[in-house]
Formats: sequence, structure tokens, C-alpha cells
Amino acid sequence: MTTVIASAGLAVNERIEIRRNRITGEGENNGKRVCIVTGTHGDELEGQYVCAEIARVLSENLSKLCGVVDIYPALNPLGVDSITRGIPLFDLDMNRIFPGTADGTMAECLAADIIKDISGADICIDIHSSNIYLKEIPQIRINELSAEELLPYAKMLGCDFIWIHSSATVLESTLAYSLNTTGTKTLVVEMGVGMRITREYCRQLTAGIFNLLKNLGMWSGATEPVRDPIVSGERAVEFVNSGADGIFVPCVEHWVDIEKGEHIGDVLDPATGRLEEYVTAPCSGRIFTLREFPIVYGGSLIARILVGGEDNA
Amino acid sequence: MRKQVLYSIRSPYRQPMEVTGFKFGSGEKAICIVGAMRGNEIQQMYVCSQLVKRLKELEREGSICSGKEIMIVPCVNYYSMNIGKRFWTMDNTDINRMFPGYDLGETTQRIADGLFKEIQGYAYGVQMASFYQQGDFLPHVKLMETGFTDHKDMIDFGLPYAFVRTPRPYDTTTLNYNWQVWETKAFSVYTNATDHIDEASAKIAVDAVIRFMVKRGIITTKVTGGSVTEIVDERGLIQIHSPCAGICKSHVRPGDEIRKGDLLCEIIDPLEGEVISRIFAPVNGIVFFNYNRPLEFEKSVLYKIISI
Repeated sequence: MTTVIASAGLAVNERIEIRRNRITGEGENNGKRVCIVTGTHGDELEGQYVCAEIARVLSENLSKLCGVVDIYPALNPLGVDSITRGIPLFDLDMNRIFPGTADGTMAECLAADIIKDISGADICIDIHSSNIYLKEIPQIRINELSAEELLPYAKMLGCDFIWIHSSATVLESTLAYSLNTTGTKTLVVEMGVGMRITREYCRQLTAGIFNLLKNLGMWSGATEPVRDPIVSGERAVEFVNSGADGIFVPCVEHWVDIEKGEHIGDVLDPATGRLEEYVTAPCSGRIFTLREFPIVYGGSLIARILVGGEDNA
Repeated sequence: MRKQVLYSIRSPYRQPMEVTGFKFGSGEKAICIVGAMRGNEIQQMYVCSQLVKRLKELEREGSICSGKEIMIVPCVNYYSMNIGKRFWTMDNTDINRMFPGYDLGETTQRIADGLFKEIQGYAYGVQMASFYQQGDFLPHVKLMETGFTDHKDMIDFGLPYAFVRTPRPYDTTTLNYNWQVWETKAFSVYTNATDHIDEASAKIAVDAVIRFMVKRGIITTKVTGGSVTEIVDERGLIQIHSPCAGICKSHVRPGDEIRKGDLLCEIIDPLEGEVISRIFAPVNGIVFFNYNRPLEFEKSVLYKIISI
């Protein structure tokens, strides 16, 4: 059943509505609830297909679901509708205003209502899809402060990689941080690239979510085997930034092992064809982020490498 | 005056962007003033340009105190200004959310790092800042509370109001916050415009910064005393939200003194023209901020009132 969980009047004859599709199982009610949220950034669309697939399969198999799955396909509906990363008109990143406040601005009120609605769930899965510049392998990102508690659940989601990253004050305004610090376990998924749906990744995550539901005792239907993720753990992440401006042309595949000094790609002057930078790997490891958008300035992120590993120690 | 390129970045398709500083006097790094970091901060750049003009005159008159160096950076992000974009041209990131910066990081982190290295070490830092909320407000000075800068220093700007803001997590990557972490006493000066030039409030800001420099012994020139400053905790402002969406017709302006029960505005149905709501003053006070767009959303902040 679809319900509007947060709303506010827009100027002319319309209301912004944040909707939740609540799917209640017909199996034994075990009181459990999982929330799947996406569309916080309007240009990140991978989660749309995941939501659609989860909703379709569950609706066709209600007898195999115990408890409740809540699907929030668009926390920033105006952004998704207009391909705008932030909240249109406000030029505001919605993932920097949580937990919001009931007596704040419209965006802050909506954020507070979202937190209120999700709070108390057993698990919340917050699906992002990078941006238009970078392609990400399906991965879970966990703040080191919550790592111990979240890691067992993250492993159930069948992603390729779990990145336990350091804490940063600025990230305290995110949905995941706000929920995790108030007792609702929240996993952030990053995968694919902005403004696209990557069917392979979406299906991989969908299978992982059903695996999680099964492990929580909420799903008795079929599940597919899920991948055993690489966990960053003590392994460092190295950033490769462009040292020149121009167009970046990669010569490696995404999610491959690479040796220190190996060629990643070239930055070229588009007018003359001159090689501005021969980009090489600063370390051995595995590329889990790779630039998708070709134009680069000095500093543009080209790749992230998980340092070391069994074959690259 | 010495003109200096503080940081430069290349684009494959444009002339290099050269962030330029204007230095006056020499010796101890006394004060640095930074203008537009976003492409729509035209007023902030204009205020700085007027300060450069005034300081050239003062330098010719020998009015810059011996052993004091002043630097003004009118415009950091003119790449975005030249194409009518608010944030960074390519990835839409905000330079004022990238401090202290990182020289091996992403483009705007590198710009922030390159700029911050040049503007560190000054005793005082003033940022010409802009509001993200659309509206008119009284010119004022603001301090981000970090415990480093004395609230009373704001009195020397001679503006009627000075605000103290308790930083939120997203404030910790701003220039103002990081200046203070690196031991520069930092203030933000707000005038009543961003993407257009408001001469009157620009003059107020220029006079306020000149007054501050005189009172801090950086320059010598005749200035008016300015206003008696009331220091206000930003959390004490009374915010009035719109109960419904529509067309807002305001009856008051910033600076107006209001009595409890006064009519502040009417909200009109945008299709039928009927008044659907009237908003009255909840307290006696001064209008500090009013929303200035004709269309407003439910829960928009329409007014901020300083209670008296």
C-alpha cells in the first residue's frame, strides 16, 4: 500500500509527496521491518530498478514474506523527476540536512518526517549510484564508528566490496549517520553510475536483499547464491586524481587487479592529441571506482584502488 | 598595491582561471578579505572591488599603517560566474564546502587548498558571504562559534546587528570555520544582495570593513562611528514559517519595527486570487529577514524577527 509519509505545498496547485510502498507479508508476522530507500540524489537512478524488482517479486509472493518491507523510491522526488542532484530551487544536497527538524525549512521538515518514518526498522538499505562522473562496483560503505555492528548484515547483501571508511564530521548530516546513531541499522550501497540503470548490478543487489531477508527470517522464497565480498578492513584505499586537464581515455577494465606502475589511461589534449598525462597505478590493488565522464581538470578523480590483496600484497 | 596570482587552474577549453589577490602595505599579515566563492556572488565581488578601490586611495595618502599587510581576494570562482552557474563548472561542488582543501584531492579541494595556503596566517579574516535562503535582510556580521574569536570584536564593524552561529556539521568545511581552526579571527559580512548589485548595502559593507580596519590599527582614515551593535545568538531569531503555499504579498520590510499582532503578509491563492492566509507578528520586534520571491512553498521561512 502506498502512503505519503511527508508532504508540503508547492507554490502552484501541487504538493511535494514522499511516498512509501508498504508490502506486508502474509507469512507469520514476526514484527520485523526492512526499509529500502533511494532517490536522495535526483541523478542516481540505479535504486529505481532495485525497488521495482523487490516490489514486483514480493507482491507476487506475499505468502513467502514474513513482516514488512517498506520501499521509498524517491526521497527527493522533484530531483528524480527533473534530473537534478539536489533539491530543485534550493540548490541543496538532501543528504546534508538530516536528521532535519520539525520547525525548520520545508526541506528540514521533510527530512525529519523521513527519519521518523524509518526509525525503528530492523535494517535500512540506502541505495546510491555514484554520480555521472564515476562508475562504482556494487559496494557497501560503512562508517568505522558503526562497522562492528553493520558488517555481518553488509556481507549478506552480495555486493563485491565493503568499504569501511573513516569518520568525517561533515557526514554527520547524512541519512545513514542519523539513523545509525539513533539505533536504526543503515547500510549505504553505492553502485553503477549516475543517470543510468545497470541491470547486472541491480539484479546482483536485488538478489542480495532477498538473501538478507532470508537471513532475517523474513523470506522463505528462493534465493540465489551471493558473492563473498572483499572487505577493506585494514587495507588502504588509494585515490588516483588527474594531474592534467583534457579528456581521460581509460585502458583498463573496472574491478580488475592492477600492478603498481601499470597503465590506467591517458589524459589527452582534444585539440592536438598531445598526451598530457600517462596515468599509472600508484600501487598494486584492485580498481573499484573508475572515471566514466571523460572531461577532466587537474584533480578530477580518475580511480580508486583498494591497495594490496592476496595477489597484490 | 601588488597584484598577485594566488592559485591557477587550467581547463582544456578555457583560458586558465587565475585567482588574484590584491595586497596593500607590508609586514605583519593583518587582515584578509575574500569575496565571491560562488558564481552568483556578484555583490560580494563588487564589495571587494570597492574595497580595492578605497585602499588604493588610502595607500596613495599613506594611510596604511606601517608594518601591516592587507590582502583582498575579490573573486575566487569566476569560471562559474562567467557562465552564470553558482557552483563549480564541471561537478557542481561548492568551494566553500572544501576547506581546508587538499592539494592531491579533487579539483575544488585543490582550489580551496591553493587559496587557503595563501590566505592563512592573517590576524583577521573577513568573508563576504551570501545567504542560501532567498530574501532581503539587514546587513550584519556573523561569527561562527568555535571559541577562538571574541564575540565583542564584531562591534568594531559598527553594524547594527552581529550574530553568533553555532556550527552544524556541514559548517566545518567552510572558510570561516577553518580560518579559525588555523588561528585567524574570522567574520562573515552579509549585505542585502547576492546575484545583483545593491549599492546602498555594498557601501554599508565597505564602510564597515574600513571601520574595522581603523579600529584594529591597520589603517588610519576618518570614519563615522557606525551603529551601536547588538550581538544576537542566531538561535534566538524568531522564524515565521508559511502555513500554506501560494503568492506572498508582504506588508513589511527588513528594519521595520513591528508590534505583536501587526499584519506581516497575506498569502494569495495563485489560481483564484483569494487571500487564503494572513500572517501576524507573534511578538514585538524588528524584521531582520523577509522572503522576497513571489511564489512560496508551505513551510518556507517567510520572516526572521529580532524580538525586542
